[in-house]
Amino acid sequence: MKAKLLVLALLGLGTSVVYAQEIVKIGHAGPLTGNIAHLGKDNENGARMAIEEENAKGVKIGGKAVKFELIGEDDQADPKTGTTVAQRLVDAGVKGVVGHLNSGTTIPASRIYDQAGIPMISPSATNPKLTLQGYQGVFRTIANDVQQGSVIGKFSATQLGKRVAIIDDRTAYGQGLADEVEKGVKAGGGSVIAREYTNNQATDFMAILTKIKATNPDVIVYSGMDAQGGPMLKQIKELGIGAKWITGDGGCTPELIKLAGDAISSRAYCTQAGLPLEQMADKTFKDRYQKRFGTEVQIYAPYSYDAAMAIMTAMQKADSVEPAKYLPVLKKIDFKGVTGTVAFDEKGDIKNGSVTVYEYRNGNWMPIKH
Amino acid sequence: MIQTLLQQIINGLVVGSVYAVVALGYTMVYGILGLINFAHGDIVMVGALTALSSILFLQEAIPGLPPVIYFLFGLLVAIPVCMAVGYTMERAAYRRLRNAPRLAPLITAIGVSFLLQTLAMIIWGRSYHSYPQLISTAPLQIFTGVFVTPVQLLTIGLSAALMLALVVLVTRTKLGRAMRATAENHRIAGLMGVDTNRIIALTFIIGSGLAAVAGVMIASNYGVAHYSMGFTPGIKAFTAAVLGGIGNLAGAMVGGVVLGLIEAIGAGYIETWTGGWLNSSYQDIFAFIILGIVLIFRPTGLLGERVADRA
Amino acid sequence: MNNLSQAIPFFGKRNPKLALIILLVLAFALPLVAAIFGRTWVRILDFAMLYILLAIGLNLVVGFAGLLDLGYIAFYAVGAYTWAFLASPQFGVHLPFWIVLPLGAAFAAVAGILLGFPTLRLRGDYLAIVTLGFGEIVRIFMNNLTHPVNITNGPQGIGQLDPLVIFGLEINRDLQITDTISINSLFLFYYVFLGAVALAVLLIKRLQVSRVGRAWAAIRDDELAAKAIGINTRNLKLLAFAMGATFGGVAGGLFSAFQGFVSPESFTLMESIAVLTMIVFGGMGNLAGVIVGALALACLPEVLRSIALPVQERLFGAVYLDPEILRMLLLSLAMIFMMLLKPEGLLPAQARYSRIEHLPGMKGSGQ
Repeated sequence: MKAKLLVLALLGLGTSVVYAQEIVKIGHAGPLTGNIAHLGKDNENGARMAIEEENAKGVKIGGKAVKFELIGEDDQADPKTGTTVAQRLVDAGVKGVVGHLNSGTTIPASRIYDQAGIPMISPSATNPKLTLQGYQGVFRTIANDVQQGSVIGKFSATQLGKRVAIIDDRTAYGQGLADEVEKGVKAGGGSVIAREYTNNQATDFMAILTKIKATNPDVIVYSGMDAQGGPMLKQIKELGIGAKWITGDGGCTPELIKLAGDAISSRAYCTQAGLPLEQMADKTFKDRYQKRFGTEVQIYAPYSYDAAMAIMTAMQKADSVEPAKYLPVLKKIDFKGVTGTVAFDEKGDIKNGSVTVYEYRNGNWMPIKH
Repeated sequence: MIQTLLQQIINGLVVGSVYAVVALGYTMVYGILGLINFAHGDIVMVGALTALSSILFLQEAIPGLPPVIYFLFGLLVAIPVCMAVGYTMERAAYRRLRNAPRLAPLITAIGVSFLLQTLAMIIWGRSYHSYPQLISTAPLQIFTGVFVTPVQLLTIGLSAALMLALVVLVTRTKLGRAMRATAENHRIAGLMGVDTNRIIALTFIIGSGLAAVAGVMIASNYGVAHYSMGFTPGIKAFTAAVLGGIGNLAGAMVGGVVLGLIEAIGAGYIETWTGGWLNSSYQDIFAFIILGIVLIFRPTGLLGERVADRA
Repeated sequence: MNNLSQAIPFFGKRNPKLALIILLVLAFALPLVAAIFGRTWVRILDFAMLYILLAIGLNLVVGFAGLLDLGYIAFYAVGAYTWAFLASPQFGVHLPFWIVLPLGAAFAAVAGILLGFPTLRLRGDYLAIVTLGFGEIVRIFMNNLTHPVNITNGPQGIGQLDPLVIFGLEINRDLQITDTISINSLFLFYYVFLGAVALAVLLIKRLQVSRVGRAWAAIRDDELAAKAIGINTRNLKLLAFAMGATFGGVAGGLFSAFQGFVSPESFTLMESIAVLTMIVFGGMGNLAGVIVGALALACLPEVLRSIALPVQERLFGAVYLDPEILRMLLLSLAMIFMMLLKPEGLLPAQARYSRIEHLPGMKGSGQ
């Protein structure tokens, strides 16, 4: 039975290859099941939109009409599955990869792309280590934790109050960012009076918040994702804690506002690597996205869009879809993306990765000057 | 300082009373079938999300009712739905495995758990849902600096009431006697005229009803619901049931509350007690460490009796 | 391997020698066939081999000695982190595999004994929850041992692990035979893992019929009776934990070398459950069943992943369910129906030692 199905599947794949244009496959990998599936889908949508828009334009590379095709894979935010889907993408003959979402899956997967000589651009893996492995074809379109954490830390200590409590969710992202925040707070002249921990499946933070309350902080930094941030704000209110609250890009989402309900106030802040949607070079992105997918942009879709664009632009500039040909161009690429200028430094990190601070106002995250 | 301790005790009681209600479901099923119903935590999730959908439906259909009505409506839809799911589960997946090797039902239960999560993902999607706060979450100050919210009070109160009702049911009614007889020995109970299949089905139904209430309380309390929200409370409640002595109703309650308190107080004070070596990142293992220690000295849990070995 | 070869339909019983040969050829040819469908499948087979090692180890604890262990993945973690500590830039230590792997196995065995001691008096489901807790404790410690001294790098994991080098041959690199012909590293890993599995199988076959194996079976079938006939149940249970853990430790070390990166995310409760599911699915207590179960369940999700989308498109002309969701749906249904239809697993164990003809190696004497 299984074998029959497999044969059927192969036939299905076989027949779909007959097209007049040359098909160029671009891979995307991120978690489409599990806790942060909504963010994985958001990333995939971003890449899909870029590809659909390029196809609509009609692209010619090397004299041939080219149609880009997105191959989306679910890495379940699990390192082992991450390497398996990376291999699947390599086998599928993708010419470039957008992904993965988490640093924990991106780092092991990057090794497989490197061995296959396929460039990859992560729209959201912020762990500094990713680009320090010495791989030639590894890039990211988002600022790394070092940049963002130091902004959160300094902003907290200088603008919100000297006494800072930090909570992180013990994921690679949350812990990495929190460590940088701690440095930033000290650099900004503040002091970290408490560091508490939770996990990325928790909904109850009462115990750690009660403990933090006893230290009487001016500001609480949460380094983690929106699904925890929302309930946390509620519990802060329930405990009668008056401190200000700030979170990084993982919590800088419409989802968080929805989840926090009436517990979110103008005392809540967040930061996002890159520019605000409203200030992005391409202001229509948000509306286009909403029109195409019927949902709001969560976090990283613009970065994923730019990552896909960077690959496709480099291919067009190099006039080749072969990784070996377009990789040198990609390394030196410089174009106006949705999030601003996309250009990479020698490690593969985005140049001028800016960080914006937002404040909660009238049901939205509003960018502020800092 | 005393305020912090009091607050932590309140936090622990709230979490613990939810654990206790879920643990009752585990313990009832275990007591009667000797089966770890791994999918029980997911019934909690089904309860929360069903209630969410029905609340949203009613709010759409008849806006402007007092919030309590919506809340009760959600609960009244969720309970029968979960009972139906629990019954179906027993009927379709577990009944045929009564005499199978003892790990087979465990694997089935894990399969059912995955199935429920996947179906929930199809029905309710992948994202986190904001849960309507129909019972007030405005903090009430009971002492200086010690807060409790109405929804927390309701959680504790409702849990206590449910536990009491269950104890009355099991110890004072004919049905309860039949349940105890079935737990003691299926075959003998059957010979004495107890319809054991019916009793076992009822056990699942009652346990699932309790899980539905627990689900609604968890979601109302924290204001979120999600298709995988049942997993962690499920594991914790299972731990609580074992801690108290699995198969024992009073044990499940004691286990739940003790576990809640350990987690809250542990997370609050571990750093001070260990001079900074350990901290709240170890919150999730206090339960297991205490469990290990308790079981070394009392191998059948705090209130457990000597259970016959099952091969 | 005998058991496994006997499981081959038709040939198995009639011509065991031929069956064994077929089996060996199959095992060798498997990656070559898989490669036709893409290297992914070779990688999946590599992981499947690791799962087989894990399943063999867990089967020793659960299937042979009857101790339900829900935290088995902890030993895998111990082995993996041993490799990460002793063969990576983390502490600047770079030991060769023939030191690191045995050390990993030894540490895992020690961990097994540490878990075994306090749980000796526990039975059945109490043991299950304590072992589950142990698995979580190990994972959470790996995730948090960054303070006050950084040992594990916490959730960031440890990267750039040393490759596996056997007799000067680096398994993580493609083997260049001539300038144009090379053997992909995935194949090399497959054969290394296959070798480990073969060793494990030989060892277990010997163990099963030894005094120790028979004593375990006695404990599993009736602990009281076993005690009564003078079996030292305490030591034997500890030995089961330790030996089972050893396999986990070795598999963990190999996993580290293969991935080049370890982080606590790889050692969650779901992994323990996955391995347990494999052995129950295949037939607990039966080595052949366990291997088939591990192979089937390691590949099934990936097969579903590849066929979910095209099959839907061909049947309905549109995609109604995301492939990921369909995969989860089919996997869960497979688990439920499999257990309903064959609760003893695909290849059930026959060996209840109360019947002498079921003793391996004693065929015929009882008939």
